Amino acid sequence: MSTRPSRLFHNMNAKIASVPMVLTAMVVFLGGSIWTVVYSFTDSKLLPREKWVGLDQYERLWGTNRWLVSIENLAIYGVLSLIFSLVIGFVLAALMDQKIRFEDVFRTIFLYPFALSFIVTGLVWQWLLNPDFGVQNVIRGIGFESFTFDPLYDADLAIYGILFAGLWQGTGLVMCLMLAGLRGIDEDIWKAARVDGIPAWKTYLFIVIPMMRPVFITTLVIITAGIVKLYDLVVAQTGGGPGIATEVPAKYVYDMMFQAQNLGQGFAASTMMLVSVIIILIPWAYLEFGGKRRG
Amino acid sequence: MADVTTNPAPRIIDGPRGRKPTRALSGRNIMIYGTLIVVALYYLLPLYVMVVTSLKGMPEIRMGNIFAPPVEITFQPWVKAWAEACTGLNCDGLSRGFWNSVQITVPSVFLSIAIASLNGYALANWRFKGANIFFTILIIGAFIPYQVMLYPIVILLREAGLYGSLTGLIIVHTIFGMPILTLLFRNYFSSVPEELFKAARVDGAGFWGIYFRIMLPMSLPIFVVAMILQVTGIWNDFLFGVVYTRPENYPMTVQLNNIVNSVQGVKEYNVNMAATLLTGLVPLIIYFISGKLFVRGIAAGAVKG
Amino acid sequence: MEPSISIRNLDLSFGAVSVLKDLNLDIGQGEFLVLLGSSGCGKSTLLNCIAGLLDITDGQIFIGGRNVTWEEPSKRGIGMVFQSYALYPQMTVEGNLTFGLKNAGVPKTEIAQRVARAAKILQIEPLLNRKPAALSGGQRQRVAIGRALVRDVDVFLFDEPLSNLDAKLRADLRVEIKQLHQTLDNTMIYVTHDQIEAMTLADRIAIMRGGLILQLGTPDEIYTRPANKYVAEFIGSPSMNFFDGHLDESGFTAKDINFTVDGYDFANGRKHGPAWFGIRPEHILTGAEAETRPVRLSGTADLVEPLGSDTLVRLRVGDRLIWVRMDGRSKPAIGDQIQIGFNPARASIFDKDSEERL
Repeated sequence: MSTRPSRLFHNMNAKIASVPMVLTAMVVFLGGSIWTVVYSFTDSKLLPREKWVGLDQYERLWGTNRWLVSIENLAIYGVLSLIFSLVIGFVLAALMDQKIRFEDVFRTIFLYPFALSFIVTGLVWQWLLNPDFGVQNVIRGIGFESFTFDPLYDADLAIYGILFAGLWQGTGLVMCLMLAGLRGIDEDIWKAARVDGIPAWKTYLFIVIPMMRPVFITTLVIITAGIVKLYDLVVAQTGGGPGIATEVPAKYVYDMMFQAQNLGQGFAASTMMLVSVIIILIPWAYLEFGGKRRG
Repeated sequence: MADVTTNPAPRIIDGPRGRKPTRALSGRNIMIYGTLIVVALYYLLPLYVMVVTSLKGMPEIRMGNIFAPPVEITFQPWVKAWAEACTGLNCDGLSRGFWNSVQITVPSVFLSIAIASLNGYALANWRFKGANIFFTILIIGAFIPYQVMLYPIVILLREAGLYGSLTGLIIVHTIFGMPILTLLFRNYFSSVPEELFKAARVDGAGFWGIYFRIMLPMSLPIFVVAMILQVTGIWNDFLFGVVYTRPENYPMTVQLNNIVNSVQGVKEYNVNMAATLLTGLVPLIIYFISGKLFVRGIAAGAVKG
Repeated sequence: MEPSISIRNLDLSFGAVSVLKDLNLDIGQGEFLVLLGSSGCGKSTLLNCIAGLLDITDGQIFIGGRNVTWEEPSKRGIGMVFQSYALYPQMTVEGNLTFGLKNAGVPKTEIAQRVARAAKILQIEPLLNRKPAALSGGQRQRVAIGRALVRDVDVFLFDEPLSNLDAKLRADLRVEIKQLHQTLDNTMIYVTHDQIEAMTLADRIAIMRGGLILQLGTPDEIYTRPANKYVAEFIGSPSMNFFDGHLDESGFTAKDINFTVDGYDFANGRKHGPAWFGIRPEHILTGAEAETRPVRLSGTADLVEPLGSDTLVRLRVGDRLIWVRMDGRSKPAIGDQIQIGFNPARASIFDKDSEERL
């Protein structure tokens, strides 16, 4: 009787091929996250050290004006960029879906900013919104001497200047996802609605958009994941300024970790980012996967 | 074959006939095309301004408006951006960042695709116990903000003696490319008919044989999609470049930001725009060449398994 | 009587591709017309033109005596049922039935009456509060029919409504649609590629190919007197047997056989020349019965397909293969010599060149 090979060595090649995945998942993603959370309870400065200080870092974090501004900015940017990119993206997709000519040309134009990095995007819009040479200067040049449009130099408006650039970069992607969703709708649904005499806008609102729920949710998750990571754009476009007007959490983390030599603060701030992502993800996972089990 | 009808002599009846008359300039068309064209112009404007600015001399920029085409075209800003622009003490232009980016992007793309495709293949066709748990963690990991994992990776790389080196950054890109690529390949290989896989096994092919002789040749499109995704993603990266490399190894995006946002000296907007365009050129070229595949890539990346 | 639907010189082309060509069709009040053909023949396209879902290139369409050529689909007085059901998935069954009516501003009490009536006729009363996802295929199709029913219109259009259902359910719903037609007595146009559906449901069948109607007639006419060789081959399973030969005074001559065509009812008087002689498998008799027929041949059984009710036998006669439908009890073995006979009066003869019926 031959001995049965050990279970461990069964399907060995597949296991070898999966080693990088297992290492990444367990060591970097899981291990790294846990490590950061644990060390957020220390007073690590230049180097991590195991001097436990309880919730001190979090108290300090929420007592720091710069962090509060960062959170506020991210909330403004997040909510507005979600609303605008979904609305603009859907409207553009709906227009593109009207059997128009030159569809490929329009799609290429709407999507190209998405191929560019946030750094490039930020620098272009920094230039366009430059009050001495950009849009403001041009409009003053045509005769509107008192025209003011310098969002990047006005602390109250600077975050909207970043929103402008962010929307320019990302709306094309939303449009593409929406268009794919629209194309996935059974053509007979449109025919049935026409026979029923339902105007196009009502068909979109009451039939098509509800049918595209999964596409909307996926898009929502993608945009949200991108919003939380917002960093490069701010660095390139305003550097967080004027003052601290456009600071965002991701930048706070980086600055604390690698410039202020205040690792503990960085860990606490990044843990807060992790918590916020979990708060967003859990309802989504529940809706997506919990719902399927019930149905 | 003749047309057979009940009524071979059709009555001629008055009233509407044929296509419902529509004007080419109907209100509906004006609304649709008008909106699309206005939005398209808005999207094109920054690219246009970049190009125009980069071809002007500084005096002209100070005088005129940013939308005006250059009166006197000069390529001097491009030359300067590429070969002379300063970051800190180095004044050898963006060319260094460009070559750094090439050295980072090429191995990262190959390594990440090789690992992720093998992995996706194992997950799709050679499932083993526990594989899905790791895969789920990997996918959830894609949603964790990078900031959470930044420092632990610094420690890992420092322990391995790779912190600050190009190799270290290549490993980081491979790690963070893994969730999306593995998902992409797993889904693609899952859609390959199982019969084909079974037939190959009956014919005696093993894990590697099936991968190299069957899966790889029939999956070239998805490899191209993965490549587009990775080249643009890695080329455009800023955060990992700035965290995990030393100044002499900075990728192009980091160097660009340092050139443009440096506080020293007089701002040369034309050089800045030329540098910005140069940095955006690689992904733009890939985008315009790949066309529909690019769209497919982002759609594939977007759709959950 | 004024026809319910009239189509005059209908042309439809997409760019240079002509899909429907100078098509004329009259459909009577309360008639059940089936558009039959293989995929790409233009049958669904024609239905979509009648519904107003496609803009026609030329011609006119009348429904209920009204020129509706430029009318919107909802203003044409039609209801339509689709192959994919096309139910609005986020609405309940009741929502599906009432959405169009609410939108058209029909009074609430009347909507309730119409829904109640449709639900009763289609027996979907218990389903009214469910969503389409919770219904079976057959139930969904019933709701889709209900959506046409509540529109209270004179014309129903069906676009391959049973194609997505399994065979058993398809047969059941076929019967129900027939009953529905008998109950409502309105005009129905029904597109299908299934000849059984066509033969069982239709008052008249229009067989289409390449954007033309090849033959329009009752199922019996189509079956017994196909207008051309394509129709003859398309209807009936197994297909009609064809002899390639020549028609002259002595009758029909193929390579090694010759027989008279006495009793054949020529369409436009007797003609001579190269011709196809077609006879259906079920019109060929065997054994002792064959002796009573005017034309007799002999062949060797080559393939046997027992179906239970019938037995299909493929015979080798000379160098040609002929299908014969025998009684289910006869069980010939391969290689058996079998006598066959048929009456030319039941045959169909087609001109060799035009393939038109002679």
